[in-house]
Amino acid sequence: MSAVAGAPARGGDDRVRHHLVALLVENKAGVLARIAGLFSRRGFNIFSLAVAPTHDPRFSRVSIVVDVESAPLQQVVDQLDKLVNVVEITELHPDDAREAELLLVTVSVDEDDRAEVEALASAGGGSVVDAVPGAVTVMLAADPAVVDDFEDAMREHGIVELQRTGRIALPKLSADGASGA
Amino acid sequence: MELTGAQALIKSLETQGVEVVFGLPGGAILPVYDPIIDSSIRHILVRHEQGAGHAAEGYAQVTGRPGVAMVTSGPGATNIVTPLADAYMDSIPLVVVSGQVATSAIGTDAFQEVDTTGITLGVTKHNWLVTDPAEIPQVVAEAFHIATTGRPGPVLIDFPKDVANARTTFEPPPPLDLPGYKPPTTPDPAAIEEAARLIAAAERPVIYAGGGIVKSGAAEALRALADVSGAPVTTTLMGRGGFPESDPRWLGMPGMHGSYAAVTAMQRSDLLIALGVRFDDRVTGKVSAFAPGAKVIHVEVDRAEIGKVRRADVAVNADCRLAVEALVDALRRLASERPGSFGAGRLAPWTALLRGWKERFPFTYDREDERSGSITSGLAPLKPQYVVEELRRSTPDDAILVSGVGQHQMWAAQFWRFEHPRTWVNSGGLGTMGFAVPAALGAKVGRPEKMVWAVDGDGCFQMTAQELVTASAERIPIKVAILNNAYLGMVRQWQHMFYEERYSEVYLSSDLPDYVRWAEAMGCVGLRVSSPEEVVPAIEKANEIDDRPVVIDFRTDSMEQVYPMVPAGSSNDDIVVHPSQAGLAR
Repeated sequence: MSAVAGAPARGGDDRVRHHLVALLVENKAGVLARIAGLFSRRGFNIFSLAVAPTHDPRFSRVSIVVDVESAPLQQVVDQLDKLVNVVEITELHPDDAREAELLLVTVSVDEDDRAEVEALASAGGGSVVDAVPGAVTVMLAADPAVVDDFEDAMREHGIVELQRTGRIALPKLSADGASGA
Repeated sequence: MELTGAQALIKSLETQGVEVVFGLPGGAILPVYDPIIDSSIRHILVRHEQGAGHAAEGYAQVTGRPGVAMVTSGPGATNIVTPLADAYMDSIPLVVVSGQVATSAIGTDAFQEVDTTGITLGVTKHNWLVTDPAEIPQVVAEAFHIATTGRPGPVLIDFPKDVANARTTFEPPPPLDLPGYKPPTTPDPAAIEEAARLIAAAERPVIYAGGGIVKSGAAEALRALADVSGAPVTTTLMGRGGFPESDPRWLGMPGMHGSYAAVTAMQRSDLLIALGVRFDDRVTGKVSAFAPGAKVIHVEVDRAEIGKVRRADVAVNADCRLAVEALVDALRRLASERPGSFGAGRLAPWTALLRGWKERFPFTYDREDERSGSITSGLAPLKPQYVVEELRRSTPDDAILVSGVGQHQMWAAQFWRFEHPRTWVNSGGLGTMGFAVPAALGAKVGRPEKMVWAVDGDGCFQMTAQELVTASAERIPIKVAILNNAYLGMVRQWQHMFYEERYSEVYLSSDLPDYVRWAEAMGCVGLRVSSPEEVVPAIEKANEIDDRPVVIDFRTDSMEQVYPMVPAGSSNDDIVVHPSQAGLAR
């Protein structure tokens, strides 16, 4: 899985190249290895991956951002569908989904730009979760595009460490009620 | 009822109707071998775990039932990885049980511990590590269900020693709970209607039938489809036997060493009716140049194969037999609505063209030897193709033919004629040298009433010949024809054609080992044939022996090449025919 290491700098066409596939999987031993092994063996690239149990402990939801230049999306979905522990697959186009991503970033600051970083964070809906003289850690949960912009802004201040969770998503609600993805 | 995990496993296998297990015991699987003594299941003790896997494949290929193999942990498990990969490529239902170290020792690098489920992840349809003895009946039921339904394939159950020794109760398994496993069955009627319309409108259709026809039991439906559509039929290496080859509509096999008629028919076709196939690279050649003018109807049970290599104009994701039957019904309705609008009569110009190709470009070899003028002279080198032709003439119509991988496999496929499904067993997708001897053993166990011949190469034979000891010990009278050309012949052919005859590490020697003495040491009858006139008498002698295996060492012409050939990566338009046909009008 050539994941983030081989990923190009983010640009406007990322939303075309990167598709989010949401999987509902059985919570059984080795499920993640099966998914990762499939991507590796078939030469599909994962851009990001997020996994956690759902409200029903028998199942987990896996959100994979797939680089569709490495393989046609339909082939990725069809191969994933063959995994016995994969119960359901939803392809989520950004226009049809509510996406979110969580970022933690530690930025080196002097007294002059500390206020600026804090202002940027709160403007984007984030917050300072840790602070010492010379550095702050900011947490931001937002639409991935907002997180991208915030990361770019922080880059100018000097990023010490950064961790993003990868995108997660649910389908947009329709007027006739909840959709079950 | 209280019993051990091992007893629960054997009982579960019995419940699934298992009659034969191919295996070899060892430390971690020891507890499971104890209840085998009291079981109705016949255990066949192989001499190497790879043999167990290929024997189970041969058994599955000829019976249509899942093959079962049992091995110990560590090296036992790794030795059966090749058969698992082979079965995964060729969609063969296989259930492999591997021993594993006790659950408390997993992850500690214990003696004979490997991560079997991890290693086999990519070469099984699914696998399980059993951690709770109460799960055994359910896991076994799931394993057989997954191995045999949808696109068949191998599965593996990893079975730790403490689970085997634990006391448990045997409850019949609850209904299967596989929410993520829903193989398709019946076809979408709209897709069938559209496919029927395309077939009725086609002027140059070709039915491209593969292993899915044999596996789904669709041979009869395929014949009906050929009848109602009038379309000619090509059957792939895995599809051989799915259509009777005496039928004049049969074009031969497609692919790298396929018939000129089949390869060229697909290139000129306006509609490929692809049934249970996966557009393998050995069939398509250069994909962008494959059947450039053809629309494609793709009937396939595995959704991921549709569009993987070639876009389908009509996709039918369903069981192959049910889909072909529905297609036949739809075409019959069309035929009654618009009599004479399609079918054999309207396709006459196309089929006449193909018949001409088939007559002008048959599989051939130099039957006339320049020194003697006759193939039957003792001076002429023995041609491997001649051996296959004579073997076919000297064996019953429904004899089972098994082959290894290489030139001999292609000659067997070219010069044998199959009339019945499940009479041809070989390693197609993985190309596993050494497949033939153990697979033939398994085939004979599955169909003891049929004559089973293996056509093997000398290189292949040396890889797995030890299973002839198994065959002798278990009185499994298979017959092996070694086409001994003293070379890794297919590699030699590529070095001849593409590496300017620079032969690197392909010479094996024709008399080291001495195959006759080796066969005799393994309890077989060993025969040697060096000249054409000895061929038929030796085959007849072998056919009369039914109490032990027979091995015939046929000393064949080392220089012989497999023709036709589409060089790897080339367009199928660039098919190289036999030199004697090179000047003929295409």
